[in-house]
Amino acid sequence: MKPVLLWSDALIFMLVIALVIFFYKLREDPQTRERWGQVFSSRLGMIAFTIIITYVGVALLDSLHFRRALENPEGLQTEEVFYDNKVTSVLDVMLDGMGDRFERTYSAPFALKSFEKQNMKDEQGNSIRDFPQLKHAGTHLADPSERGADLLAKSLVALLWGVLIAAIVIAPQWLLLRNSYNPWHASWGVQLVVICFFTWLVSISHHYHVLGTDKGGADVAYQSIKGIRTGVLLGTLSTLVMLPIAVSLGVMAGYFKGWVDDVVQYLYTTLSSIPGILLIAASVLLFQVYIDLNPDFFSIGMEKADAKFIALCFILGVTSWSTLCRLIRAETLKISQLGYVQAAHAFGVSHFRILSRHILPNVVHIILITFVLDFSALVLAEAVLSYIGVGIDPSMGSWGNMINGARSELSREPAVWWTLTGAFFFMFILVLAANLFSDLVRDAFDPRTINRRADS
Amino acid sequence: MLAYIIRRLIYAIPILIGVNLLTFTLFFVVNSPDDMAVSQLGDKYVTPEAIQKWKVKNGYDKPLFINDEAEGLGAVTETIFFNKSVRLFAFDFGRSESGRDITTDVSTRMWPSLAVALPTFAVGIWVNICVALMVVMFHGTRLDRWAVFVFVALMSISYLFYIIGGQYLVAKTWKLVPVSGFHSEGQIWRFLILPVLVGVVAGIGSGARWYRTLFLEEANQDYVRTARAKGASEISILFRHILPNALIPILTGVVVLIPALFMGSLLIESFFGIPGLGSYMLDAIKSQDFAIVRTMVFIGSILYIIGLILTDISYTWADPRVRLN
Repeated sequence: MKPVLLWSDALIFMLVIALVIFFYKLREDPQTRERWGQVFSSRLGMIAFTIIITYVGVALLDSLHFRRALENPEGLQTEEVFYDNKVTSVLDVMLDGMGDRFERTYSAPFALKSFEKQNMKDEQGNSIRDFPQLKHAGTHLADPSERGADLLAKSLVALLWGVLIAAIVIAPQWLLLRNSYNPWHASWGVQLVVICFFTWLVSISHHYHVLGTDKGGADVAYQSIKGIRTGVLLGTLSTLVMLPIAVSLGVMAGYFKGWVDDVVQYLYTTLSSIPGILLIAASVLLFQVYIDLNPDFFSIGMEKADAKFIALCFILGVTSWSTLCRLIRAETLKISQLGYVQAAHAFGVSHFRILSRHILPNVVHIILITFVLDFSALVLAEAVLSYIGVGIDPSMGSWGNMINGARSELSREPAVWWTLTGAFFFMFILVLAANLFSDLVRDAFDPRTINRRADS
Repeated sequence: MLAYIIRRLIYAIPILIGVNLLTFTLFFVVNSPDDMAVSQLGDKYVTPEAIQKWKVKNGYDKPLFINDEAEGLGAVTETIFFNKSVRLFAFDFGRSESGRDITTDVSTRMWPSLAVALPTFAVGIWVNICVALMVVMFHGTRLDRWAVFVFVALMSISYLFYIIGGQYLVAKTWKLVPVSGFHSEGQIWRFLILPVLVGVVAGIGSGARWYRTLFLEEANQDYVRTARAKGASEISILFRHILPNALIPILTGVVVLIPALFMGSLLIESFFGIPGLGSYMLDAIKSQDFAIVRTMVFIGSILYIIGLILTDISYTWADPRVRLN
């Protein structure tokens, strides 16, 4: 086994550590703590947060990559160890070979036979045309009619295991937090559902394709889960690229005014006057051309896909900072007129110190709101970009690529609906949780809504 | 007023130059004229002579930004940047890489885009405001909370699913309208209904939620309390007091979009096979036709700037207190 550290893996772990430190620092401020308390005091906030954490957890597990050592072919005795070209992640191991069970082509959820007819030989050696048996579904069944009972029995066993695992996970939390004021029971409910769902999915996938297979015969449920990493990483990394640009330019424009302000305003007006999708598409195409011209840069295919992915994050970040920049500039203009900033000036405090001590902490709420708001927008944008053909590399699983590959399949007779359903389900839950959570965060942190609440 | 508009238009020039410079650099940093020639000619026929011939024919045989060999003003004008980008300011879009005249393409493809975008826009605003007003009437009740949840859920669905779902249900299962296509003679509305419907439904979530916040912000103002104290009915408060006052924030968000309607919607047009500017852009992106992308970026930014100016003008109409100077 040889660990592989892709650039995006390194970035996401750095990002998570940075976020943890950031939130830990924020805890010191009593006002911020009170606001977070408000977010978590509602059941909805708890549920949304637990779901988001689940997605992030899956994304992190999927970011621990390694290459399996290949066993030496028989007769060959060397000390050198060869590694598989395929990159595996810890998540793949946890899903227990779900991604390795390929069929020939489409098959419906829980189907035993393929979706398309194929020329075969029967026992007498005659050529017939029929639906072939699937290689990895229901092979343990003696009679196809037993499928329903078998599914029920296996599901019950899986769910029992799920409840057991969930109990082990939730029990320590219960011991620690049972007297807390926050509605942790909502979070535990979600944890129970999530753990049961995954146990069920992994164990049933040994015998059936829960969401069927796609055109290439790959398991759809597996692909949908692999899409999580892409969605979560894109949503966070792009914002991470965008934040420093937007914050530094916005704060500088609002604080120094004069020609700095003019330049920054010119920059963001220019940028936002270009239709966003065209700018992104043009940049992605350029990077594509660059990769095509320099094919020797990357040793394995995964690294190339990863480089394209990071480039996409950068492009999305660099092209989308204008809105946040405008907001921060306006807020800084307002703050720098306030008494305490004027007083700091009068005392001769340096610009850098005023910016970092007096202005930045007071625009943090805007950054926070933008961070959670943009996340869901970026996840949705990924699907559209992949559809246009400027998104994620097809070798890297993503919901956009799944939709793109399946969009014409509904017009088949009978319709192939499961690929779209898989992508839709996993994407919808993530975006919905993120949207609900961002609403709560905005309610808690936006001064305008706080004032409104105080009035009424 | 006129002086204000003229000044704003003059301000637009450096922005447009910036836009051009940006797209131009983006493109040529990575993709040199030689690379373009190779990709256009195909790998088989690549000889230095063929590349040179292609470059001369398409006007890429000059330096990028500054021509040292030319005299005087020619140092700036005899360059690829000047020839390819500055000519856009005279609305001379030239020819696409595949040799078609971009100006004709744009002017014919503009109308199908408008035919879809304009009804979507108008019906969308009307529906969103109606829904939002209804929800605001029930503010504070359980219905309001559920409505907000539904709006958020609607927002969380990818646009692609609205299109795919709409096509599947309305066109394929119920067979009410054709799945896609666009014929200009006769029953053009049959092809327009579904795209417009999908566009409106897809916008309800975010739209109605946004209007609801705007209306609620007004509903908490003192004048509403006064009106209520004087015994005005809820309906009259909603329509006579809240709606007119919410007009300014509504205009801020909406008027900017009007000029951009010409550009159409990339996704709707490509899914429904409508030969508008949106699908034109998409095809250009897919075939890596930079002449078209450059033109569309230019047109798009002009429309955006026009939108900003129109927004300012609309303020004076909505709010007599606003003066432009």
